[in-house]
Amino acid sequence: MTTTSLAPTRAWWRIPQRYVPVLATLTLLLVMYAVGVSQYRAFSNIQVVFNVFIDNGFLLVVAVGMTFVILTGGIDLSVGSVVAMTAMMSAWLLQGGMHPAPVLLIALLVGPTLGFGMGCVIHFFEIQPFIVTLAGMFFARGMCTFISKSSIPITDPFWTSMAQERIGDPKGNFVSTSVLIAFVVVLVGAFVLAYTRLGRNVYALGGNQQSALLMGLPVGRTKIAVYAISGLCSAIGGILLSFYTLSGAPLIAVGMELDVIAAVVIGGTVLTGGSGYVFGTVLGVLVLGVIRTLITFDGSLNSWWTKIVIGGLLFAFILLQRLIGIRKK
Amino acid sequence: MSGRQPVLTMTAISKSFPGVRALDGVDFRLFPGEVHALMGENGAGKSTLIKVLTGVYAHDAGSIDLAGQQVSFTGPMQAAAAGVSTVYQEVNLCANLSVAENIFIGREPRTLGAIRWGEMRRRARDLLTKLDLHIDVTQLLGTYSLAVQQMVAIARAIDIQARVLILDEPTSSLDATEVEQLFRIMRQLRDEGIAIIFVTHFLDQVYGIADRITVLRNGRLVGEYPIAELPQLALVEKMIGKELDVLESLDEQSKRDVRAIEAGTPFLQADELGRKGSVAPFSLTIHSGEVVGLAGLLGSGRTEVARLLFGADRADHGRIAVDGKPTALRTPIAAIGYDIAFCSENRRTEGLVGELSVRENIILAMQAARGWLRPIPRRRQDELVDKYVKALSIRPADPEIPVRNLSGGNQQKVLLARWLITEPRLLILDEPTRGIDVGAKAEIQKLVVQLSDGGMAVLFISAELEEVLRLSHKIAVMRDRQLVTELANDDTVDADRVMQTIASGTRHEGPEKA
Repeated sequence: MTTTSLAPTRAWWRIPQRYVPVLATLTLLLVMYAVGVSQYRAFSNIQVVFNVFIDNGFLLVVAVGMTFVILTGGIDLSVGSVVAMTAMMSAWLLQGGMHPAPVLLIALLVGPTLGFGMGCVIHFFEIQPFIVTLAGMFFARGMCTFISKSSIPITDPFWTSMAQERIGDPKGNFVSTSVLIAFVVVLVGAFVLAYTRLGRNVYALGGNQQSALLMGLPVGRTKIAVYAISGLCSAIGGILLSFYTLSGAPLIAVGMELDVIAAVVIGGTVLTGGSGYVFGTVLGVLVLGVIRTLITFDGSLNSWWTKIVIGGLLFAFILLQRLIGIRKK
Repeated sequence: MSGRQPVLTMTAISKSFPGVRALDGVDFRLFPGEVHALMGENGAGKSTLIKVLTGVYAHDAGSIDLAGQQVSFTGPMQAAAAGVSTVYQEVNLCANLSVAENIFIGREPRTLGAIRWGEMRRRARDLLTKLDLHIDVTQLLGTYSLAVQQMVAIARAIDIQARVLILDEPTSSLDATEVEQLFRIMRQLRDEGIAIIFVTHFLDQVYGIADRITVLRNGRLVGEYPIAELPQLALVEKMIGKELDVLESLDEQSKRDVRAIEAGTPFLQADELGRKGSVAPFSLTIHSGEVVGLAGLLGSGRTEVARLLFGADRADHGRIAVDGKPTALRTPIAAIGYDIAFCSENRRTEGLVGELSVRENIILAMQAARGWLRPIPRRRQDELVDKYVKALSIRPADPEIPVRNLSGGNQQKVLLARWLITEPRLLILDEPTRGIDVGAKAEIQKLVVQLSDGGMAVLFISAELEEVLRLSHKIAVMRDRQLVTELANDDTVDADRVMQTIASGTRHEGPEKA
């Protein structure tokens, strides 16, 4: 050990390594957007960007919750089913004639409760999050069909107003209420991670659980909290999805958890935990959205190309994380 | 000291684990403003005593009295809140967080729940300046050396208004200047009235800083002594409970006829072997019956050399020959096929399987060599294991208890036994004596001499020069990931000369001896 090791060499032009993955995603996003603009005239319309947000608002909300979970080194496979279950339950309760306010309240409670339960099982019985949330996934999906085997339409005036409400500028560009709600969730998520003890404990837990324990941090509480948060985000996502589709269907959002995980990872959050940002997750969701938009604009490509491109990108980003990890050593 | 009240009194503490009585009625007193060395061999109960104090383990019997109050902590957090902070041997911080955060996490300054980052950084800087450490607190902890991380851990511990600071082997990965820096901080804290419990295996360090010593042996209290009343030799005797002259006799033993060995057939020859980013090309010849010492500072490339010779890393330069025949040691399996064994430095992470029993751990390498389809008969297993448990005096001598219940030194012996039963022709030992006590150290050194007498080639890697000098026939000196020179270990070579070589990187002819 030499004295030089006391001060790591650092020059002003060097980007701290922790920002590299997020910047890579940002660059990718800008390149994809530039390609779109150069290829298709209509792509430069600002409404295209807004539509990406409108179409992916619920995905963004769920991805924020997933970011919390992955930062601790865990995983939550139940999110897609919880989204579907929340939408389903809202549709069913509204069909039964319940007032929208208690429906929202109940819908917002079910997801976090399930998340809390899964968190408790993961913590107290020391079971892998993968298997616990897989069980949660089957349970929630089962609940959907238990409520109804077929899709339930929503005709409630509050819901339809949320679906049709356009918040826009005089030129006719607009976003939906869902986008604003998603933005609020993103900001709250980013604040909690950066400025609260809970958020910092999430990073510490993902960095080294043993150390976190010895530093006297509330490891168990934090672990349970992230799954409850993910459950809450899924519940909000489910409500936004029901605004968007104006129905609850038992087979909606199947496989969505995988899209969400892909978005979080492409956004630069390391799967082993401890490193990543909500801002990166926003970029990850946008990358997914822009790929879909590009393929729609092209028109000749099969929509399965989306999956192929996402698969390729995931590979590339996981390799990038690995390379950074190796260089650190 | 007798007129003052102890800040901490532990009375008749007992603690048992399945198969092990770790503590048996141990008393311990600690006064404010003293550095108190807690000494004992591996398995003597030092770590257990500390873990009982900080609430990691619940004690079976006895009482703990902190500043006049009966306490029994449920965990390190509660202990820290009451003023008992611990800095562990392995730095227990989060490398993915900034330095400032590592100091304050869990106690961040906040307004309405929001962390005040600016104030946190400023306080971190102030605290580290007090410890004479001038680093960028916004950088991730992982970007700094282990020594700096250790200081950060201490900074975290003392910021909690600690009354009792426990330093558990804090110096095992520090070099001399860093140790001095740490001692300065310890003295400063002591003068401020903090009571420090200091656990270490380095006897010189104890005499450099401690005021009083408590000695444990086999889970029992041997005694509590002021430092002036317990000379070094007496301390060692108290620790191991018997007179110790093994080390002295070794000195004579190893200076055998080097020429005879050199004239014999080389077992392994490395010719310009190297790997980019790991270690520069080097040439090294190891003869049967020869002990080659590898000296150098931490991070100078010692382990990297070992990994290349064992095939754990793949060389991208040079050639290797075993028994004079060129071969490619691309994988550890290939190396094992040539009867090469490697005891790695990180016995916990790379060597032993904590949940398996001592017997299963010892049998592992031999079973792997035979292939899993030909299990070793149980009776043969017991025979072999018994032999090595006895030969290496592994304690407790019960081969069926899980390895993780053993102390560090005994775990090291289990690892050694595993490779010895495969009867290797070249044994690579990477820091076999780090973090283990004098008695076990002497036993391992004696073993190395015996093995080489029996014709085994040994590559001995150690940060302790005395040890390398005592055992080796030939010393290869590493510096900045290069093998800078080879010294035949004759009368002209002493610690000073090796030190100079390490420091300057060139071969120094020792001072002229008439």
